[in-house]
Amino acid sequence: MTLVEVALRAVSVLAAFLVLPLLVGQTEHKLMAHMQGRLGPMYAGGFHGWAQLVADGAKFVQKEDIVPAAADKRLFRLAPAIALIPYLVALAVVPIAPGVAGLDVPASAILVLVATGVGALGTLIAGWASANKYALIGALRAAAQLISYELPIVLAVASVCLAGGSLSLPTITERWQPHWLLWQLPGAIVFLVAAVAELQRPPFDTPVADAELVMGPWTEYTGLRFAFFLLAEYAGIVVLSLLFAALWLGGWHGPFSEHLGWVWTLLKGFAVAILVIWMRVAWPRVRADQLQRLAWLWLVPLALLQLALTGVGVVMGW
Amino acid sequence: MSAPKDKRGRDGILPGLLKGMATTAKSVMRPTHTAEYPHAEPTLPPRSRGVIALLEENCTSCMLCARECPDWCIYIDSHKETIPATTEGGRDRQRNVLDRFAIDFSLCMYCGICVEVCPFDALFWSPQFEYAEYDLRDLLHEKDRLGEWMATVPPPPALNESAADPAEVTAANRPERGR
Ligand code: SF4
Ligand code: SF4
Repeated sequence: MTLVEVALRAVSVLAAFLVLPLLVGQTEHKLMAHMQGRLGPMYAGGFHGWAQLVADGAKFVQKEDIVPAAADKRLFRLAPAIALIPYLVALAVVPIAPGVAGLDVPASAILVLVATGVGALGTLIAGWASANKYALIGALRAAAQLISYELPIVLAVASVCLAGGSLSLPTITERWQPHWLLWQLPGAIVFLVAAVAELQRPPFDTPVADAELVMGPWTEYTGLRFAFFLLAEYAGIVVLSLLFAALWLGGWHGPFSEHLGWVWTLLKGFAVAILVIWMRVAWPRVRADQLQRLAWLWLVPLALLQLALTGVGVVMGW
Repeated sequence: MSAPKDKRGRDGILPGLLKGMATTAKSVMRPTHTAEYPHAEPTLPPRSRGVIALLEENCTSCMLCARECPDWCIYIDSHKETIPATTEGGRDRQRNVLDRFAIDFSLCMYCGICVEVCPFDALFWSPQFEYAEYDLRDLLHEKDRLGEWMATVPPPPALNESAADPAEVTAANRPERGR
């Protein structure tokens, strides 16, 4: 790779990282509004409030950056970055079309898992550094949630890696067959549920349950740092959706995939993102104990079962 | 779908979740309820209490409204004028002239007691509600402003056909008392 190519790839990944989450966020604004019989943003930018999130960003930039007196100042300032950057790293290796990814590394599946795991640490650090009881309780809940849900995610991804016989995302997607839709269905469900829980999105948003904990680990944050946490959440949705599309929905496989492969990946990813938004609107928040029950009594056994099924399938040569 | 019920008669988890998704999906398909207010006139219910309008000609400065107002937000100043007798040897008459009539809408609680209590039909409810101010003190409106709002007072609602006749009509139609 020449220096120019490196720069070009970095810039395009960064652009995707800044644009796609806003797209998901705007979709959430509008879709959630209409699901609740409202219109959502209508004014910013003129046409159906398309620039609402840009306006929000401009507002966040102008806000005062407050660090509580009792906070662990260095960690407090660092936490938004720890929450945000791993998703940028993860997004860089997610393949969009054959040979088209920000970066092609041999074990990209593992890289994505590690990166998203680190991203969730940002929430923990934010809660601990804030010196606020709500933030701390939120962080503890987040910690419990992460420990429980990391395992099903890893197991589900491991199952697909086993089926594809590779740890590289492009290779797995390349080897994807339509019958995987059925064969890997339990793993797909486990991954979707667990990933939404890891992102702390409703219905698994007990760490930031605003009715109980103000804003959980983000309580003390203002301005741009707060906006970074929000951006991290939506970037997380983008990564999760694209990953789900690449691993379980066949990424660029589809009619005219030689030329329109990237469109297929993005479309499938967008559909998953809409599902994530839909779950937020339609379902109530689960309690912290129900959350643990779901993870250990349902998702982990289901993921293990999927792993066994995949093993059988691979040996039988499905 | 025959929903399995648990011991307390609730749907199971899965039917409940699916029902949630179906309900929200149905709402997406329906038109929204939002009325984009500044661009679309709101449809107000009849007898909306927006602002109190004053019909100055009817006001006799009797002060009943000011005295009944629970938070004393009606200000009335008046003086007496003498009208000379029109006929030779007649008596001069006196009448009240309204100098000032003001309602402080920063205090008014829209209870409507003043409108109810006015014996001379000088106060009316108007549905007009767009008179917000940036300063609380600017909400004290004098009689000329209150008079402008008379134009927005809707005509009184039609009488209910099945209602009893007014007392006057009943009295006039009463049959002669036989002796
Ligand atoms: S509506 Fe009630 S509070 Fe307002 S001016 Fe009339 S009597 Fe006073
Ligand atoms: S508005 Fe009615 S009650 Fe009030 S002073 Fe005038 S006539 Fe009397």
